[in-house]
Amino acid sequence: MTDLSSPSPRLNQDGALAHVAYVLRSNPVTLLAFCMFAVLLVMALFGPYLVPHDPLVSNAAQALQPPSLVHWFGTDNLGRDVFSRVVVAARLDLAISVAAVALSFAIGSVLGSIAGYWGGWLDTVLNRVFDTIMAFPLFVLAMGIVAALGNTVENIVYATAVINIPFYARLVRAEVNIRRNAGFAQAAKLAGNSDLRVLAFHIFPNALPPMMVQVSLNLGWAILNAAGLSFIGLGVRPPTAEWGIMVAEGANFIVSGEWWLAIFPGLSLMFAVFTFNLLGDGLRDIVDPRQRS
Amino acid sequence: MSLLSIEDLKVTFATRRGDVEAVRGISLEVTKGEVLGIVGESGSGKSVTSYALMRLLESNGRISGGDLTYGGVDLRVVPESTMRDLRGREISMIFQNPRAALNPIRKVGHQIEDVLRRHARATRFTAKREAIRAMEAVKIRDAEARYHAYPFELSGGMCQRIVIAIALACDPKLLIADEPTTGLDITTQKAVMDLIADLIRERGMSAMVITHDLGLAAQYCDRIAVMKDGVIVEEGLPEKLFSDPSHPYTRKLVDATPRADASIRSLLPPEQRTPEPSLTEVTAPLLQVRNLVKTYQGKSGPVHAVKGISFDVGKGESVGLVGESGCGKSTTSSILVRLDDATSGEILFNGDDLAKTSARTFARDPRRASIQMVFQDATDSFNPRHTAGQSIAEPLKRLTGLTGDQLSLRVEELAELVGLPLPLLNRFPHQLSGGQKARVGIARAIGVNPDFLILDEPTAALDVSIQAIVLNLLVDLRQKLGISYLFVSHDLHVVRLLCDRVIVMKNGEIVEEGPADQVMSAPSHPYTRTLLSAAPHPPALTVSVPSAAE
Repeated sequence: MTDLSSPSPRLNQDGALAHVAYVLRSNPVTLLAFCMFAVLLVMALFGPYLVPHDPLVSNAAQALQPPSLVHWFGTDNLGRDVFSRVVVAARLDLAISVAAVALSFAIGSVLGSIAGYWGGWLDTVLNRVFDTIMAFPLFVLAMGIVAALGNTVENIVYATAVINIPFYARLVRAEVNIRRNAGFAQAAKLAGNSDLRVLAFHIFPNALPPMMVQVSLNLGWAILNAAGLSFIGLGVRPPTAEWGIMVAEGANFIVSGEWWLAIFPGLSLMFAVFTFNLLGDGLRDIVDPRQRS
Repeated sequence: MSLLSIEDLKVTFATRRGDVEAVRGISLEVTKGEVLGIVGESGSGKSVTSYALMRLLESNGRISGGDLTYGGVDLRVVPESTMRDLRGREISMIFQNPRAALNPIRKVGHQIEDVLRRHARATRFTAKREAIRAMEAVKIRDAEARYHAYPFELSGGMCQRIVIAIALACDPKLLIADEPTTGLDITTQKAVMDLIADLIRERGMSAMVITHDLGLAAQYCDRIAVMKDGVIVEEGLPEKLFSDPSHPYTRKLVDATPRADASIRSLLPPEQRTPEPSLTEVTAPLLQVRNLVKTYQGKSGPVHAVKGISFDVGKGESVGLVGESGCGKSTTSSILVRLDDATSGEILFNGDDLAKTSARTFARDPRRASIQMVFQDATDSFNPRHTAGQSIAEPLKRLTGLTGDQLSLRVEELAELVGLPLPLLNRFPHQLSGGQKARVGIARAIGVNPDFLILDEPTAALDVSIQAIVLNLLVDLRQKLGISYLFVSHDLHVVRLLCDRVIVMKNGEIVEEGPADQVMSAPSHPYTRTLLSAAPHPPALTVSVPSAAE
C-alpha cells in the first residue's frame, strides 16, 4: 500500500486498480463485457475438468437426443454430448484467435512504427505491401495460405495473422506519424534517448488506446475466421471439438429437425464475438491515462 | 438605454463530480456604442458568459439562474428559431482560434456568403458581390482573389479578418470578441484590434471584448469588468482600474501585466516581493554561433529559414531572441538544442563545434546534458502516459545514470527547487494546471545541470499572474545555478525583464542586437520600433510602491 503522500514519484499501483474499478463501475456495458469474458476464460481454462461428459466418447445408443437434463444441449449423430463439446471447444477457438491476434499485433506494430516514424521509401514500400494484402478478399487469401502451407492448426493461426497485419500496421503508422514531432518526443531526445528508444518507449505506448479497440474487435473477427476455415474443412479436423466444425456437421441435420447440433456452437460463436466487440471501449478506457482524474 | 443587460447570470455544468457552477451570478450592462472589456484568467468563466449569451453552451451546461435581456428580448426563453435569427444579424461572435472557426474544406468566400444568405442580406446572384464587399470592409487586399482561397492558404491574421468579415457581414448591433488575437503575432494583433476598433466606431456597434490581457483591454475598451472564479470582482474605467484598483485580485493582475517601467519583482504581489536579483558580470563566452544557415527544400524551391546569423551567449548570461512567427527563431533554437542540423555554420560550445555532431547521434553524446530546453507548449511536451515525476526523472535516468532512491531524492529536490508540491509528482499531465506544468518542464530541463538552457516562450500559454511567478522563478534559478539562458519570445516587455541582451530577428536575419535596456529605450532598427509600438500600452501606474499605500 502506497498512499498519495508517499515520496516515491513512481506510478501508484493502487491508482491503476482503482482506475479499473472506476471504469467498470461507470460503464455497466463494460462490466457486462468483462463478466462475459470471464465466462469465456473459465470455459477455456477449466472446461475439460468441468464438463459432465467426455467430449470425444461416442455412444451410438444415445445418438441425436434432443436437449434434456442429462444432455443439456442434446447429443450429436455419434451420441457425443454437445454441451461438453461446446465448452471444451472454447479453448481451441480462443487459443487460435488470441495467438493470431498477438502475432499480427506484434508484427503490425513493428512495421507500422517503422513506417510512421522514419517515413520515406520504407513507408512507401510497406504501405504498398499492406495494400496488396488488403486487395485480396481476406477470407479467400486465408484459405489460400492454409491450403498452400498445409492443413494444420498452426497454419490457421499464421493465415489469420497475415490477413490482419495491415489493419494494425496502418493504425500504428497513423498514430506514430502524428506524434513523431510532438513536444514530448523532442523532450525525450533531449533526455538522451536514441530514435529507437523514443519510438519504442515514448511514442508507441501512446498508440495503445486505439490499438486496444482494434485488438478486441479483431479477436472476435479472428474467432469467426478460424471457425469459418474449419467450417469449410480447413485446419482443425474431426473429431476435435471446435465450433466451426460442429456447426458444419450440425448443418446436415437441421433439415431433419435436429436443430441443437448447429445452434449451440453457433450461439457460442456469437457470444464470443459479442463479448470481444463490447470489450473494446472498456479496454481503451483502462489503458488511457487521460481517462483518470 | 442598455442594449444588453445581464442580471445575476448563473451557468452550471453537469460533470462526473456533480454540478459545477462556472458563472456564479454576474450582472453586466452594455449600452449602445459601448465597448465593454471582460478580463480574467483561465477558468474565470468569461468565455462561458459569452457562450451562455449566444445560447451556445455545451450540452452539459445550462443557464441555471438570472436574466439575459437583449433589446427587450429575453434570451433565456425565446425559441431556438428566434435565436438563430438573432445570431449573426443582431449578435455576432469572433472566436478565439480563427483557423478552427473556419471550415477547412470550403472557400472563405462561400463561408461569408452563408451568413449573408441566411439572413436574407443577399440572394444567390448578389452573394458573391456582397461577400467581396464584406472582405473589403475588413481591409483584405485583393479580395476578389482571396474569395477563392481556402483557410489553410491564408495566414492566421488573414483568417481572423475573414472571421471578422463573417461576424460583421450582416451589420450586427452587438459584437462579442472572445480572445480575438490569441495566437497572433504582436504586429498582427495590433492590426486586428485596430481594425475591430475602427469598425465598431464606424458602424456604431456595441462590443464585448473578452481577453486575458489587461493591457489590451485597457487600450481598446471603454469600460472593463474583471472576472475571477465566475464572479465580477471589479468594474470600472480602464484608467481607474490601473491607477486605483480596489480589489486585491485586480491589483494582482495590474501588477503582473508586464509594462515598460516594471521590474521583475514588481510583477509579484507586494507581500511576495523579495529583493531584486543581482546579476553576475559576464566574462567568457559559452556559446558562439557563427554564420548559421538553415535552408529547407520546399515545394517551390529552397526556403531560407535562417540566413547566416552570428551571436554569442556568455557564461551565466541571459539573451533574449525576439521575433514574430516565421522569423527563424524556432529553427535557430531547435538547431542550437541539437534537435535539428544546420545547413552550414558553426556552433562553438566551450570552444567545441557542436555542428560537427549530427542531431541524430547527439542524443548519446556526452555533451547532451549540458544543453537543455524548456518547451513552449507545456501540454504537448509531456508524454501523456508519464506522471510528472516520471517526466522529471527521465533525463536523470538516461543522462546521469541515477537509479532507485537517489533518483527519487533528486526528483523531489528538483520539485522543491521549482516550487512544485510533492504529491503532484504522481499526477499525469492532464491533471496539472498550466502553471504546474510549466514548473515540471523547468524541473525536467534543469535536472541534469545544463550550462545552457533554451526557453522557448515558456510563459506564452500562461495567465499573467502565473507568468509573473514563472518569470521570477527563472530569474532565481539563474542566480542560484548560474545557467545561461536563451529566451525565445515575441514579447519584448517580458524579454526585457529576464534578459541582459536582446537579439531581434526578422526573415532569418538578425536586425538588431544590444543590451536589453538600450534596445527597448532607443531601438535603432525600424522593425524593432514597430514591434515596440505594437505591444499594448497599459496606462502607467501612478502608485509605484503600493505596499505603503495599502
